[in-house]
Amino acid sequence: MIDTRVKIGDLELRNPVMTASGTFGYGTEYKDFVDFSRMGGIIVKGTTLRKREGNPYPRLAEVSSGILNTIGLQNKGVDYFIEHIYPEIKDYDTNIIVNVSGTCPEDYAECAEKLALLDKIPAIEVNISCPNVKQGGMTIGVNCAAAGSVIKAVRKAYPKTMIVKLTPNVTDITEIARAVEAEGADSVSLINCLNGMAIDAERRKPILSMVTGGFSGPAIKPVALRMVYQVSKAVKIPVIGLGGISNATDAVEFMLAGASAIEIGTANFVDPSVTMKVAAGIEEYLVRHGYKSVREIIGALEVS
Amino acid sequence: MLKKFELILTVVENKKLNNSYFQLILTHPNPLPEMLPGQFVEVKVENTTTVYLRRPISINDVDYKANRLSLIIKNVGDGTNALSKLCAGDSLNLLLPLGNGFTLLENGSAILVGGGVGIAPLLYLGGKLREKGVKVTYLLGFKYNSDIIDLSAFEAVGDVNITTEDGSIGVKGFVTNHPVINSKFDRMYVCGPTPMMKSVAKCAIESGTDCEVSLENMMACGLGACLGCVTQTKEGHKCVCSDGPVFNINELIW
Repeated sequence: MIDTRVKIGDLELRNPVMTASGTFGYGTEYKDFVDFSRMGGIIVKGTTLRKREGNPYPRLAEVSSGILNTIGLQNKGVDYFIEHIYPEIKDYDTNIIVNVSGTCPEDYAECAEKLALLDKIPAIEVNISCPNVKQGGMTIGVNCAAAGSVIKAVRKAYPKTMIVKLTPNVTDITEIARAVEAEGADSVSLINCLNGMAIDAERRKPILSMVTGGFSGPAIKPVALRMVYQVSKAVKIPVIGLGGISNATDAVEFMLAGASAIEIGTANFVDPSVTMKVAAGIEEYLVRHGYKSVREIIGALEVS
Repeated sequence: MLKKFELILTVVENKKLNNSYFQLILTHPNPLPEMLPGQFVEVKVENTTTVYLRRPISINDVDYKANRLSLIIKNVGDGTNALSKLCAGDSLNLLLPLGNGFTLLENGSAILVGGGVGIAPLLYLGGKLREKGVKVTYLLGFKYNSDIIDLSAFEAVGDVNITTEDGSIGVKGFVTNHPVINSKFDRMYVCGPTPMMKSVAKCAIESGTDCEVSLENMMACGLGACLGCVTQTKEGHKCVCSDGPVFNINELIW
C-alpha cells in the first residue's frame, strides 16, 4: 500500500492532487465526472467580500496549448457563499479550500474572518495574483510590501491553514515568497496566470474585452516548473505547484522540483476527469520506482 | 438535471452536406443517454497543434432505436476542419448532454426559425414537439443557394419555408422578410447568428409571442465552471453553457 498523504500546514491531504481556483467551480459542476474521495482537495472559485459581476464578454481566447482569460473574479460574494453554496458542498468527501481575493488588506481580512467560522473549510488560499482586476489582485502580488501587509492582516484574522497564491509576473518570485512567509503564510501556491494577449488580425482588434488577460494551460508549464524549483529552495514552508499540469508525469515533475502538492487548472476544461487520472498515475509512478510514500519524491530532483 | 457523461463514440458516417457543412453520425456500444432538444455536446479535437479546447456542437438529432447521434457542423476554423476529416470507424470523445435545452410546448403551434448552421438543433426539437402534438412550421434562412442542405428530414417533421439573401431559392431576404413569420404561433424557437436572432426576437415582442433563443458564445468547460461564456441577463451575467444555451428573450438584455 502506497502512502499518498501530504501535509500543508495543518491541512492533511489524502493525495497531492487538488483543483485550481476558477477551473473547477464549486466542485458541483464536475460531480458526474469525478469521485471527490479520490482527490486531495478542491479550491473553489475566487471569493471576494462583495459580489462582483466580472469583466464583459469576450472573456476567453484560445492559443496553442492553452487559453487566455479575463473573467475578473465574477462571484456572488462571501456571504452568499456561506449561506447558499457552503451548505451544498460542505459534506463532499474531500478538503474544500476557499480562494480569497480583495482590493485592500481590510477586505481580505474580513473575508477570511468570515470563512474561519466554517467548520468544513480547513484552509484558504489568498489570491494576491489575479491578473484581471484593476485594483487588488496582482497589483498586490508584485510588490513585497503590499503582499506582506495583506498577508499580515489575513494572518491576524485567520487561524487555520493559509496558502498564498503567487503571480509569476514579477522580476523575482522568490522575494515575494519570502515576504509572505515572513508574515506567517503556511504555504505558497504558484504559479497563477502569466500576463498575455491575443489579437484578431482580420478585425484589427484584441480578442479579450479587457485587451490583456491571464495565460494558462500546458504552454506555461516550463515557466511554472522553473519558478516552483526556485521558490522551494528559497522558503521553508511547503510549496504547491501549478501551471499547465495535464497528466501524472507533469504532476510528478512539479513534486520532484520541490512541490509538496499540486493543483490542476485549465486541464479540467478539456478533460473533466483529469484529476482522477493524475491521482492514479502518481501512484503508478511511485510503485514503478519502488517508493513507499509520495513524500519521498518531494524535491527529489537530482541536479549534478 | 440530466446526468452528464464522457463517452467515446464511433463515427458511422461523415457526410458532406455542402461546401462548408458536414454531418457526423455517431454511435456507441451502449445505449446513448437521454438528451434534450437544444442541449449540446463538447467534442475533443485530436491531432492538431492549434486547437486546445473542446468544440461545443448542438445536437442535431438522436435516434435511440438505431443508437445514433447526429451532429451538423460548419467548417469555420482549425477545430471544425479537423472534425470534417473524420472517417467511418474513427472515435471521438464527447461530453454530453450539456446545457438546459428548449422548453417543450404541449399541443398548439410553433415556428422554428433557423439561420445557417443554426438550423441544426431545430430538427431534434421539431421531432420532440411533434410527439407532443405541436404543429411545427420551419422558417430556415440561408445566405446563398449553395448554403442550403438536403432538408428532407425537416420536411418530414413540419412545413418548411426558406429564405435566401440572394433570392435564389424561396423568399429573397432575411427570415424576417418571410410572410410566414407574421402568422400566429404559440411559441417561436430561434437559433442562428445573433443579429438574426435579435430581429426575430423583435418580431416576437411586437406580436406578443413567447420566444426562446439558443445562444452560442466562446466557451471552455461547457459545465458552468470557467465563467468564460457569459451573456448579460436581467439578473446579471449568466453562463451560456450551463444556464443556457437556451434563454427566453424576456431574460436577456437585447
